[in-house]
Amino acid sequence: MGADPRGVLTGTHFLDGDHAAAEGALAAGANFSAGYPITPSTEVVERLAVRFPKTGGVFIQMEDELAASIAIQGAVWGGAKAITVTSGPGFSLMMEHLGYGVITETPFVLIDVQRGGPSTGLPTLPGQADMMQARWGSHGDYEIIALAPQSPQECFDLTIKAFNFSEKLRTPVLLMMDECVGHMLERVEIPPAEQIEIEPRRFTDKGPGEQYWPYSLEECEPGGLVPPMTKVGLGHYPHITGLTHDERGYPAMNAAAQTKLVERLIAKIRDRRDEIIILEEDHVDDAEVVVVSYGITARVCHPAVDRARAEGHKVGLLRLITVWPFAGSRIRALAGRVRGFVVPEMNMGQMVREVERAVAGRCPVRHVPNAGGAVHDPDTIYAAIREVCR
Amino acid sequence: MNETCSIATPSTPLVPGEHHPVEEWLRMERMPHIWCPGCGIGTSVNCFTRAVDELGIPHDQIAIVSGIGCTGRVAGYLRLDSFHTTHGRAIPFATGLKLAHPETTVVVYSGDGDLFAIGGNHFIHAARRNVDMTVICVNNFNYGMTGGQVAPTTPEWAAASTTPYGAAEKPFNLPNLAEAAGAVYVARWTVYHVRQLTKAIREAMKKPGFTFVEVIAPCPTLFGRRNRLGDGLAMYESYHTRSVVKNGADTRECALTMDSPIVCGSFVDIERPSYFVTQIGALRRSLGDRYVLPDTWKGVVG
Ligand SMILES: Cc1ncc(C[n+]2csc(CCOP(=O)(O)OP(=O)(O)O)c2C)c(N)n1
Ligand code: SF4
Repeated sequence: MGADPRGVLTGTHFLDGDHAAAEGALAAGANFSAGYPITPSTEVVERLAVRFPKTGGVFIQMEDELAASIAIQGAVWGGAKAITVTSGPGFSLMMEHLGYGVITETPFVLIDVQRGGPSTGLPTLPGQADMMQARWGSHGDYEIIALAPQSPQECFDLTIKAFNFSEKLRTPVLLMMDECVGHMLERVEIPPAEQIEIEPRRFTDKGPGEQYWPYSLEECEPGGLVPPMTKVGLGHYPHITGLTHDERGYPAMNAAAQTKLVERLIAKIRDRRDEIIILEEDHVDDAEVVVVSYGITARVCHPAVDRARAEGHKVGLLRLITVWPFAGSRIRALAGRVRGFVVPEMNMGQMVREVERAVAGRCPVRHVPNAGGAVHDPDTIYAAIREVCR
Repeated sequence: MNETCSIATPSTPLVPGEHHPVEEWLRMERMPHIWCPGCGIGTSVNCFTRAVDELGIPHDQIAIVSGIGCTGRVAGYLRLDSFHTTHGRAIPFATGLKLAHPETTVVVYSGDGDLFAIGGNHFIHAARRNVDMTVICVNNFNYGMTGGQVAPTTPEWAAASTTPYGAAEKPFNLPNLAEAAGAVYVARWTVYHVRQLTKAIREAMKKPGFTFVEVIAPCPTLFGRRNRLGDGLAMYESYHTRSVVKNGADTRECALTMDSPIVCGSFVDIERPSYFVTQIGALRRSLGDRYVLPDTWKGVVG
């Protein structure tokens, strides 16, 4: 299905990442957003506040992030496509509702424009230290999808992708941006509406009054674990709860129901890992040393990799566009033949742990930490590459 | 609380041949419910279902949203589009739902702890915005679900499991809070006053804007026992003797103590443009023809 032309700002634009993400949401068909201002994410909703009244959408500034992250879920059950955006401290506050979205299987997109932390930290400066919070920040067991753009163009493209994944898998999807991509201005190409592929919400075929259960697998696509949705007003009377529930949506307080539900929620994402994981590889095929990075940091890796290659070192760059689920099998495959990995990221050691887990000691993994506030100096990355090449 | 799903469905009544008058509003397959004998929540649900029945709103045009707690379980027993959200966040969920689908009559039904402790901020903001919804608060003066802890409504000197020597904080006067925050309709009744309560819910649901009904209800298991108030029946009886009906009363006079009169009635019933009216007005004023009314708002508002 192509995008609705009302929301698509077709053409070539000079946008920062925050504004590009807002345009991506509009192109994806988002028509509801609830937000609470926090630097460096606010421009996303500020743009939606300007654009929605002209495209038939609704924006509301809520009283806090707790409210914003649950208001969007109410809107989804009202039939909307919804998005919220936040940074650091706000992301922490949204964690309970990330879990609510997972267990109730409510599709929406949540953008975290990362800044330096912990706590109020560096409001106006970048970080990439919410990566583990994205994966594990809500309580209980769950799988999550998270994408990491490196440019305003990708903020646009990946916001659409995030919406498509969320509809396809009926789950919240995260866009893990950072202050740098959020605020950098670049050219953004927005295609015509008909060229933008949109995954429509899959509603039940059951008519009003017919028995519909919100978590019944009866109407799933073959092999799929994603039940079709409904919304208010259709006469299906779904009961939606954050408690462990059976396929009718009714609370079921026992281990068997828990196992059945949690296993399915996890499997519906793990089983489709290959479809979800998007990677970009640059000179990885013949590489002896592979740099693994994501977001803005991956972008600063290029000069370091180029310099090492110019000196005759076989170095490649593996960029994680999908950060969660983690591309463990690709790393595992490479670990069998490369001399080592270099992992620069703007934190003191988060995704590197995943790399280490996949490598399982078969070769060295050199982390290039950075406490946030400024992107890596390519020299630091180059030095780490040289060390592993030795 | 170990819930098992019972096998009864609406067409197979629990007592053969007998149908409860409000059965069609309930998820009978979930009976029996989890509430204790003598608890006031069930009575309030009975009044609610009778109110919606009398209002004649089709079932598929009402959504019920609850937070967490014993009262929070109300959503799960009503055969409506029903949402059991997170602790304290029923109102913002309902706000999103209402804005996305204004055709739906949205009712938030939750406990005093849920709505006024963890959720207090959301309550005052929804009232301020005058978002169209009815909030029904079952006030049992404590946290039932978690074992009778102190609530923002616990009267001074009452015992609770976390104030074993008596609560010393000033409790909220909920009608006064609701009025101050901007609610256009505010009423309070006890579960003893079933007819008046039913009527108040009906009036609240009919009125556009943010409307609020406080329901004073016994939690005999925790609040009653700990404060030696007798069983559920005794607590209902005390509502009979303690209550004074004062429609239009100044909400400043509605504060509650352990033994003061319980002022009941409909206190506030004013006209104020609701959220949709003010939003659409502001956007039309600024954007003129460029304002595109959301598809779902057409025909319902503006
Ligand atoms: C974030 C969070 N904090 C705490 C709880 C635990 N909790 C469950 S119900 C409840 C209090 C409910 O009290 P009230 O709203 O008065 O409802 P009642 O049970 O009395 O009807 C609390 C604190 C929770 N579920 N979630
Ligand atoms: S604990 Fe109190 S509020 Fe909860 S069901 Fe029992 S009597 Fe009702």
